[in-house]
Amino acid sequence: MLCQACKERTATIHLTEISNGQRAETHLCQECAQQQGLAVKAQIPLNELLSTLLSVQPETAEPSGKTEPKIPAKTCPECGMSLKRFAKESLLGCPYDYKVFEKELLGLIERSHNGKSRHCGKIPNRIPAEQKKDIVLRQLRRQLDEAVKNEDYERAAHLRDEIKMNE
Amino acid sequence: MKPADLCKTSSAWFGQGRGLFSDVVISSRIRLARNAAGFAFLPCLSSEQQQAVLEMFKAALLGLDVDGETFFMDVEQASSVERELLTERHLISRRLAQGSGPRGVVIAGGEAFAAMINEEDHLRMQVLAAGLDLYSCWERINRIDDRIEQQVEYAFDRRYGYLTACPTNLGTGIRVSVMLHLPALKMTGQIDKVLAAARDSDLAVRGLFGEGTEAVGDLFQLSNQVTLGVSEAQVVEDFVSRIVPKIAAYELEARKTLLAKRPQSLDDKIQRALGVLQNACLISSQEALFLLSNVRLGVNLGRIEKVDIATVNDLFMLTQPAHLQLRAGRMLDAEQRDSLRAQILRSRLCTN
Repeated sequence: MLCQACKERTATIHLTEISNGQRAETHLCQECAQQQGLAVKAQIPLNELLSTLLSVQPETAEPSGKTEPKIPAKTCPECGMSLKRFAKESLLGCPYDYKVFEKELLGLIERSHNGKSRHCGKIPNRIPAEQKKDIVLRQLRRQLDEAVKNEDYERAAHLRDEIKMNE
Repeated sequence: MKPADLCKTSSAWFGQGRGLFSDVVISSRIRLARNAAGFAFLPCLSSEQQQAVLEMFKAALLGLDVDGETFFMDVEQASSVERELLTERHLISRRLAQGSGPRGVVIAGGEAFAAMINEEDHLRMQVLAAGLDLYSCWERINRIDDRIEQQVEYAFDRRYGYLTACPTNLGTGIRVSVMLHLPALKMTGQIDKVLAAARDSDLAVRGLFGEGTEAVGDLFQLSNQVTLGVSEAQVVEDFVSRIVPKIAAYELEARKTLLAKRPQSLDDKIQRALGVLQNACLISSQEALFLLSNVRLGVNLGRIEKVDIATVNDLFMLTQPAHLQLRAGRMLDAEQRDSLRAQILRSRLCTN
């Protein structure tokens, strides 16, 4: 189906509106839908996302009615990186920033990683064997919970075996 | 090894164009992002420290025993055309080419392995392969990563995994990508639908040179976005058993439909492309890419018999601007480049 607006690209967004008992269908491509302010951008540029997510909403609305979100003036004592600079450049200054800005970063991290905020996967060899076992088991149990939640029983059974092997 | 030595042939791993699904999947790539513990990330790293990071990873990487010759290229000292050549061969990113301060790349295994030092993270290494070959890419890069880790301690956190300068790479630091050739989906108008579906399942769709580049010549790069909370093996598995076979099946189905329903318009497109490439006297890199894409489709469908895929792949790489200039041994203006490009295309595609 072709887009109704540009009649060039394939329509990928299908809108059904019912007003006053009248049903109206609109078929648009991503670009035209965006121009009409309909579709959410598939991939929001990181910096745009950053300033929104890092901002703290003022507790009470100012008298003027302005609720301009403010980025907290926090700076890492190790590297000097500030949240304001991070919001602009989208790069952190040192590993310690993940601790210093933990609270502010969490929303962004979850947003970029499909709601996840805990590592699952490779662990450096230098981590002592006992601790490594502990991390692996926790990773596997978390995956098991998720598999059960998604009713993926085949994967859950597989994970259970793997947990037994590691215990 | 100097950049000038690279400009006359395409990368060894790429040349023959074999591998699983090779009529749709041009190449597979896995990249890992790592940072050294005890150093600031690049935005806050002093020039001296940046030099120290460079020396440390350079030594660790040159000590690796990857198949074939291993060599280092100093990107800070390289000329702009040499940097451009490395970018055209996908050995470094535009970011590293245009960056500042001490930085470089270690290349090995006939260019199948490349490790950028001091790009966005201290270390960004990649393994490339022709066709769909992600299992072996992962196995190779994982082994190399283990070996580097014996010499350099990585910044790692139990909750967040490998720590990266940008939180979007956090966790495994893995970026799995495949370069796909999807001309029939484009011709049948289904491409937007397929790419929208890919974006919906958290995949990034980019052009030939990654971030911020347009898709040209029906070439699309698909890569994972989520790096935290999923293991490396899961990401790889998802590409190999779900994403790629599905898209490849759509593309092959679209090719079959075109062959059955519009064989003449398909042949017209393919033969015109070959005709222009065989006869043009001036040709821009955009046009060459676009036409080579159609010729590649023709070869894969058996509509062009006298040209092989290895030649087409070679030409994709060798007709790029920096390749031409290093081959000529001097700077060329746009018209001189278009002329040399046309000359190479004519001689390689001559089927008499």
